[in-house]
Amino acid sequence: MAKPKLALYWAASCGGCDIAVLDLQEKILDVANIFDIVFWPVAMDFKYDDIRKMDDKSIDICLFNGSIRNSENADIARLLRAKSKVLVAFGSCALEGGIPGLANLTTKDRIMDWAFRDSPSTVSQNGGVYPQTHTKTQEGQIEIPEIWETVKSLDQVVEVDYYIPGCPPQPSQIWGVIEFIMSGKPLPEKGAILGAGTKTCCDECTRERKEKKISRFFRPYEIEPNPNECLLDQGILCMGPATRDGCGALCTKANVPCRGCYGPPPNVIDQGAKMISALSSIIDAHEPDDIERILDQIADPIGTFYRFSLAHSILRRVEKS
Amino acid sequence: MSFEPKIVGFLCNWCSYTGADLAGVSRIKSAPNVRIIRTMCSGRVDPTFILKAFQLGADGVVVMGCHLGDCHYQEGNYKTIRRIPFLKRLIRDFGIDPRRLRLEWVSASEGDRFAHVVNTFTEEIRALGPLELYIHAGRKDGQKAGVAEVK
Repeated sequence: MAKPKLALYWAASCGGCDIAVLDLQEKILDVANIFDIVFWPVAMDFKYDDIRKMDDKSIDICLFNGSIRNSENADIARLLRAKSKVLVAFGSCALEGGIPGLANLTTKDRIMDWAFRDSPSTVSQNGGVYPQTHTKTQEGQIEIPEIWETVKSLDQVVEVDYYIPGCPPQPSQIWGVIEFIMSGKPLPEKGAILGAGTKTCCDECTRERKEKKISRFFRPYEIEPNPNECLLDQGILCMGPATRDGCGALCTKANVPCRGCYGPPPNVIDQGAKMISALSSIIDAHEPDDIERILDQIADPIGTFYRFSLAHSILRRVEKS
Repeated sequence: MSFEPKIVGFLCNWCSYTGADLAGVSRIKSAPNVRIIRTMCSGRVDPTFILKAFQLGADGVVVMGCHLGDCHYQEGNYKTIRRIPFLKRLIRDFGIDPRRLRLEWVSASEGDRFAHVVNTFTEEIRALGPLELYIHAGRKDGQKAGVAEVK
């Protein structure tokens, strides 16, 4: 029997998801034994044309990481969707926009101006040199992808079968999903989130919790956190209450607050809204002035609460003004 | 056609909804723009509901609850008094005028106050004009929110 075909792709991502696959360590050899890897730009030499020549639905599983940010990302997402039986949004970016999704806080024009004209490390003459989608050269016309105004998650562009959250997904969870798929057990229903839990990060965190009452928020550099007590109890903004479990509470084990990369827990559609709900219950103030004073201590609510999920939140982007 | 604000009102069961009812039976005239949703407590109004209301086309959202100290659940409206200013900051960050979200205390006996809140808020939203969001772009063709290919 022919080996099942596996494809891996990176769209707008940092490459960390691909590293997470390599972090399977010696099990990566098992992956190569079990699967016929037909496409993996970060590790192996395949061309887009190799995929275009394949029959539709001839790839058994495609692990797609990265958000959709330009025309190339979208074209390849559509191509891999057509060629794959099972398309998996792999990692926070594909699932909910991830860190690149924070580009939705601003506009394409502002990003381009900063990158190609205004940043201190850019030497700009004549108002800056901007990349063009089409450039004529002696040898012919060169095309590069067009960057979009708004970053999207994979499922806002094509149909997605399953989701594996995490920035990056934990290798043990990736292996768990591979083992599950190879076991031949019936696959879960479409749209299921694999390789993660069904509770919140707090349920995995071993820190000691008390009844929460916060009268002062600290930014991480302002305080030396107690390694045994709940970080939120100490006034450090920790996304644990609004984040799905599955990572093993790695960050809080390292005395660092949860950043929310596993996305919202089940039945929560908007991570930021849930975090506001959670924090509002534990802020220790009853007078409007006190409340405003405490809220002033939270720097950048939108960027903190939607660090990974802005592009997949209810409102998806900041309005252009 | 002139702009008629679409406003969603979340009213607590024990005070404000009863206050709205009193305004009705007392035949106090008020603007018809507020679509009332009854909740058990203003503290039950999850920030998700409010963002969802804006997503689905509300031009303004008003949350009404019992006066502080009068909550049927003792502490519910104290959660609200922290939640709404917090949420106002968030929607401001999203580029939505925070005046589009309002918190008011209306007791069961304040039918006239209910009408006053509804009328003034409706006029304020009318002055602010329709709320147009990125997420609305795909909905003009009757599509699901945000599905349209907006680059």
